[in-house]
Amino acid sequence: MAEIELDHVVKRYPDGALAVQDFNLTIADKEFIILVGPSGCGKSTTLNMVAGLEDITQGELRIDGKVMNTVAPKDRDIAMVFQSYALYPHMTVAENMGFPLRLAKVDKATIRQKVEEAAEMLELTQHLDRKPSNLSGGQRQRVAMGRAIVRSPKAFLMDEPLSNLDAKLRVQMRTQVSRIQKTLGTTTLYVTHDQTEAMTLGDRVVVMRAGIIQQVGAPQELYDAPKNIFVAGFIGSPSMNFLPAQINGGQVTTALGTVDLPDELRRAVESRGGGGEVIIGIRPEHFEIGRLKEGVPGGRFNATFDIVESMGSDIFAYFTLSGSGAKSKELEELAADTGQESLGGDGIQVGVRLDPEARVSDGSTAELWYDTSKLHIFDLKSGENLTHEVAKASSAASTVDGPGARNASAAAASAAVGDGGADTAGADPLRKD
Amino acid sequence: MTTLAELNSTPGKKAAWWVADIAVVIYALIPVIWTISLSLKTPGNINDGKYLPTGGMSFESYQAIFKDTVFTRALINSIGICLISTAIALLLGVFAAYAIARLDFPGKKLMIMMSLLVAMFPQIALITPLFKIETAIGIFDTWPGLIIPYVTFALPLAIYTLSAFFREIPWELEKAAKMDGATPFQAFKDVIAPLALPGVFTTAILVFISCWNDFLYALSLTSTSAARTVPAAMSYFTGATTYEVPVGPITAAAVVITIPVLVLVLLFQRRIVAGLTNGAVKG
Repeated sequence: MAEIELDHVVKRYPDGALAVQDFNLTIADKEFIILVGPSGCGKSTTLNMVAGLEDITQGELRIDGKVMNTVAPKDRDIAMVFQSYALYPHMTVAENMGFPLRLAKVDKATIRQKVEEAAEMLELTQHLDRKPSNLSGGQRQRVAMGRAIVRSPKAFLMDEPLSNLDAKLRVQMRTQVSRIQKTLGTTTLYVTHDQTEAMTLGDRVVVMRAGIIQQVGAPQELYDAPKNIFVAGFIGSPSMNFLPAQINGGQVTTALGTVDLPDELRRAVESRGGGGEVIIGIRPEHFEIGRLKEGVPGGRFNATFDIVESMGSDIFAYFTLSGSGAKSKELEELAADTGQESLGGDGIQVGVRLDPEARVSDGSTAELWYDTSKLHIFDLKSGENLTHEVAKASSAASTVDGPGARNASAAAASAAVGDGGADTAGADPLRKD
Repeated sequence: MTTLAELNSTPGKKAAWWVADIAVVIYALIPVIWTISLSLKTPGNINDGKYLPTGGMSFESYQAIFKDTVFTRALINSIGICLISTAIALLLGVFAAYAIARLDFPGKKLMIMMSLLVAMFPQIALITPLFKIETAIGIFDTWPGLIIPYVTFALPLAIYTLSAFFREIPWELEKAAKMDGATPFQAFKDVIAPLALPGVFTTAILVFISCWNDFLYALSLTSTSAARTVPAAMSYFTGATTYEVPVGPITAAAVVITIPVLVLVLLFQRRIVAGLTNGAVKG
């Protein structure tokens, strides 16, 4: 149980590479914080600095108000779960889990009792005498969790703990991690590159890129009101569609045609001095088949679908628009991270989520409608979301319990992300088809 | 060599491997069998030119060497000196190898180079200086007089083999130990050292054998049976007459001193379990 503060923390490697820049974050007691970002964004480095496995170049790390910069990892009273689990292969499950207590010179009876308690919680009781090499991936992962739990540390640090599990197990363990954290109420810092984990687990999510915090907020807030094009592209699966656009006197022109901008958005763009060349972003669920939105204001256009994937509850449809796609450094980086860079090709790929009533099929053409009030408008150069404030306001209004309330945001997140079970289908959560 | 076997799983290739294996084994075993055969021949049959002791077997040569205190004394010297040298070389080697594999310290490269240099140095060139030094400080013809040079030359070997094993152990295990509240020494003692055991055993065998088979120092740095080891003692065996080479006792002694090494290898081989680190990390 502890509050962790990172105050202007910087990590610079001896070769001059800047891994983390000016990291400021206060993690409240019992809070579940997710650090998310593409590989190499500095999230693991940040975690290691909190753990004490890496030195802090500049700035201060405080746990419960005490400066921890030079305190040895063993004296920080923090437990860590590693991506590789790092189980001791020569010890049994029980010995693995009891190891921290043995080092702390706890008497044997207490160790046994605590190990058994943890084993019960993690459903490992019948495996206590086995060696890690005889366990499945999921069981190993639970042993690693157990080793962290037994000594009731001030905080848990988890470094991509689920990334070595297969998709189905990952979903199961995700809920288990969440339940354990809620039961124990231990402050947790969780690193992942999987935006689905970030959305479903955390009280707050920290999106990082190139060592810099992009945005900190409740999952739903990040989804509804991303601060910049990077966060917008990173959060959400399938991800947001980006189109190059031209704003001219209250009207926006894209490959989808020209439509009137809603007043709120127009004012927001004008107040930020935007206009002219921009990038607009539309979430897949803000499209719908035209005939289901008869008379509803918004943009309309005809699309011929390349691929239609029916998930039962939803239909994911993909089509190609002529013209060249939105270009930005951030988008390229996102594409590179998900291995999509070579798939650029000609035209703009757009993915939409439709009501199952839509009844469309491969190669069919239909009129599509999109919600112009849900447009995100990004500055072409800086990538900043010019309509961030508007989106934030509408996000707050739609979340009844207010942002930060776990139940509301988690439910909303699963509605938004866990749609057709992109995860269980074994698909890359960041897939951009 | 499961990987090789898997790669060459066609019957033809398998057969080829069998033939090659058998050829190597026969090539290696012919002198060994010959030695055993000679040791079992009666003195009259030694020079009969037959490969196997067909003219009648006897254990006369074995009885002869064990009757003589020169050999039993040498055997005790050999066992004692080699065990102590191995123990010291391992203890120092484990610490040095761990430091080389895991820690960054100034002069690390220099240290590796120095230890390589020791290994490369022609040992015969050191005999005269070592003899002078040892007589001067009074350890000539004593156990320490042999143990010290043995440790010196075994250490590079020990450090090299052990550091390779230490490098194999996932670095994250040590981080995990640190997070679990271990001091660096506890992490080493409870996590790294037990995992490095197969490496330690392998190194122990290599070091022991290199000491056990040494002839050069054993011959030059001893003068009586106080510290003379078996290989050196064997060269002082005398026949019935000055002009007779004591083939029987020499081969019998050679067979006898092979036995401890065999036992050692068989014992430790069971501890060298491949894949002891399985299950530590993903996989």
